[in-house]
Amino acid sequence: MQKKEYTITVYTENQVGLLNRIAIIFSRRKINIESLNTSPTEVDSVHRFTIVINEFEDVVRKLCRQIEKQVEVLKAYYNTEEEIVWQELALYKVPTDVIATEVKVERLLRENGAHTVVIRKDYTVFAVAGHREETEALIKVLEPYGLIEFVRSARVAIIKASRGFHERLKDFEKQEPGEEALENEFLDKNEEIFSM
Amino acid sequence: MQTFAPEKETTNKPTVISKTGSQAVLEAFLAEGVETVFGYPGGAIMPIYDALYDYNDRLKHILVRHEQGAIHAAQGFARVSGRTGVVFATSGPGATNLVTGLADAMIDSTPLVCITGQVFAHLLGTDAFQETDVINITTPVTKWNYQVTDATEIPHVLAKAFYIANSGRPGPVLVDITKNAQLQLFEYSGYEKCTHIRSYRPKPIVRKEYIEQAAELINKAERPFVIFGQGVILGKAEKEFKQFIEKAGIPAAWTIMGMSAIPTEHPLAVGMLGMHGNYGPNVLTNECDVLIAIGMRFDDRVTGRLDKYAKQAKVIHFDIDPSEIDKNVKADVPVWGDCKETLPLLTKMLEQKVYPQWLQKFRDYQQKEEDKVIREELNPTGDILTMGEVIRNLNELTGGDAVVVTDVGQHQMVACRYAKYNQSKSNITSGGLGTMGYALPAAIGACYGAPERKVVAIIGDGGFQMTLQELGTIMQFKPNVKIIILNNNFLGMVRQWQQLFHEKRYSFVDIQSPDFVQVAKGFGIPGKSISQRSELNAALEELLNTNGSFLLEVMVGKENNVFPMVPQGRGVAEIVLSKEEI
Repeated sequence: MQKKEYTITVYTENQVGLLNRIAIIFSRRKINIESLNTSPTEVDSVHRFTIVINEFEDVVRKLCRQIEKQVEVLKAYYNTEEEIVWQELALYKVPTDVIATEVKVERLLRENGAHTVVIRKDYTVFAVAGHREETEALIKVLEPYGLIEFVRSARVAIIKASRGFHERLKDFEKQEPGEEALENEFLDKNEEIFSM
Repeated sequence: MQTFAPEKETTNKPTVISKTGSQAVLEAFLAEGVETVFGYPGGAIMPIYDALYDYNDRLKHILVRHEQGAIHAAQGFARVSGRTGVVFATSGPGATNLVTGLADAMIDSTPLVCITGQVFAHLLGTDAFQETDVINITTPVTKWNYQVTDATEIPHVLAKAFYIANSGRPGPVLVDITKNAQLQLFEYSGYEKCTHIRSYRPKPIVRKEYIEQAAELINKAERPFVIFGQGVILGKAEKEFKQFIEKAGIPAAWTIMGMSAIPTEHPLAVGMLGMHGNYGPNVLTNECDVLIAIGMRFDDRVTGRLDKYAKQAKVIHFDIDPSEIDKNVKADVPVWGDCKETLPLLTKMLEQKVYPQWLQKFRDYQQKEEDKVIREELNPTGDILTMGEVIRNLNELTGGDAVVVTDVGQHQMVACRYAKYNQSKSNITSGGLGTMGYALPAAIGACYGAPERKVVAIIGDGGFQMTLQELGTIMQFKPNVKIIILNNNFLGMVRQWQQLFHEKRYSFVDIQSPDFVQVAKGFGIPGKSISQRSELNAALEELLNTNGSFLLEVMVGKENNVFPMVPQGRGVAEIVLSKEEI
């Protein structure tokens, strides 16, 4: 067994302090968070954390259980890269005069799927959404043309097998939750189930 | 009943009761059946204390001498009663003084609701006087915490707090209330208990197939072994547990936290697990074929080296907390749920059985331990008193009916090894965190949690000096705490380790003590110090029969060691009976 990249998706209530509660589950075990994103979900009032870490599956499973144990956490899932669709957004600031004079640059940007966000006299900002290799490749492309600034967002990920949270939430809201909300669902169906 | 809030009445509107946030806090306590609060006032919690002045007839407030004392007292209260302990502390240092107790309650699953005062909301983040970020400081050591800045939140936040603290796997909850919220008048529409939080599953649903698998394994087992923890006590499942082991005929050993869930003299009881537990249960953990763990969390002090722990056995793990399953020891059959529900389902599927040969193995090991360790500890041949004989004499006098509260160290291990218990919730100790200074305040709290019972606090000379200021609380409120200080003039457990593993380099373990009897006298508590065997029984009788609290100091052997011992880093089967074997 070796460490792998896992994307953890956590459905939560939206409450002050919950980010800290989740973050310390990792820091307490000296595990580095590679990327963390918080976002609303398709369900009003439900919040979503997307966390990327490099760890052994066994550790990731335990982490997810610790996360789910938090009172305000509805559900935590972990997935490998193959089980999700994911994107990161990158922004690049480049001097406008270079782009204006070097026609090649515009072609390169187009080839890399970049679109223009802002054009000013002194600089232009491009955006690219994609996988890490893609956003990183464009840095290399733009460096010779005087890349001024680069920033990349956290990962956002959609779980391929997920049917969303609407149905699930209804189940959670019941006094006696059904099988769907059961925490031990994965124990005997480890292979086929995407959730923990 | 008096009403303390001014009532607004207008002719054309229905009556609306206005209350302050502080009053709402106290109303919540009354609605939750709270009778005793342990606390200490201060600037940021003054409005609550002001309101308390008018609730004095319905709420008993015990003024401790340090906030750590308040929270340990609340822990003792909770552990002995099964009810939620309640604490008041002010902001800043008052709140930070709770941290040790919160960590202790978190790791030992003790239900607490702590209310801390906080500076005015508009001062948050300004480094105001006595402002600390209590929520973030206490996040890792609370099951849940919340900051209230608006009084209207108080009824439902406190309802949530009480529900979370004492449901599922219990734990400490902290509610931080800013001063403006305590003072704020709002339209109070009553208190409603919380019974459901959509994101919180206190109990996993019981899955029958796992119970069936467990029953099958147990019915086929040749050498089954039950190990149980505090889950049996917290789940109030003592009866269900007893029925289970008696029908299945399986020997059962307890963790330090599970102790007293069944009487120590039960015919299937085989003693305590762990580093200083009994010989048989440790060795035979590695010989059983089915290991049934109930309401316990495989702490490292119980398992020793994990790669040498019960590798031959099929493991069945009963726990209410899903995160405990597979955390340390992989379970072949995980039975998630409240053991009060799961155990009867299991028992129904079991065959009535006995394992005389297997049980005899435990008894054989017990005999070995008796010969090599226990006899000399309980009936020493030397002149110097041992900790063990104090406990033995105490057992004879109390008949095993007392609540025994221990501190942390050698005396704790000796007390837990030798104390007899007839009823549940009788062993109060800091198991997971190992908090020295726990016993005296916890014993005070235990007196309020079980006023009908005799509470004996057994404390070392080191631990006693950590929280001895709580003698002042005893002086003022007069709970009947029977204090026994087992004084070996050393920080004994650390000394033992220095002797065994650090070439006897005794580094700062020779702690000096004051004249404890004089100290107690200063607080108006009678006391006595003895060092002779001939005085022991009479002194213990005096301790137990004195009306009110009493402090008995017993001078015991300076360099006695606690054995057996599973040295750190070794497997449970490598338990040793003497220092020569290490």
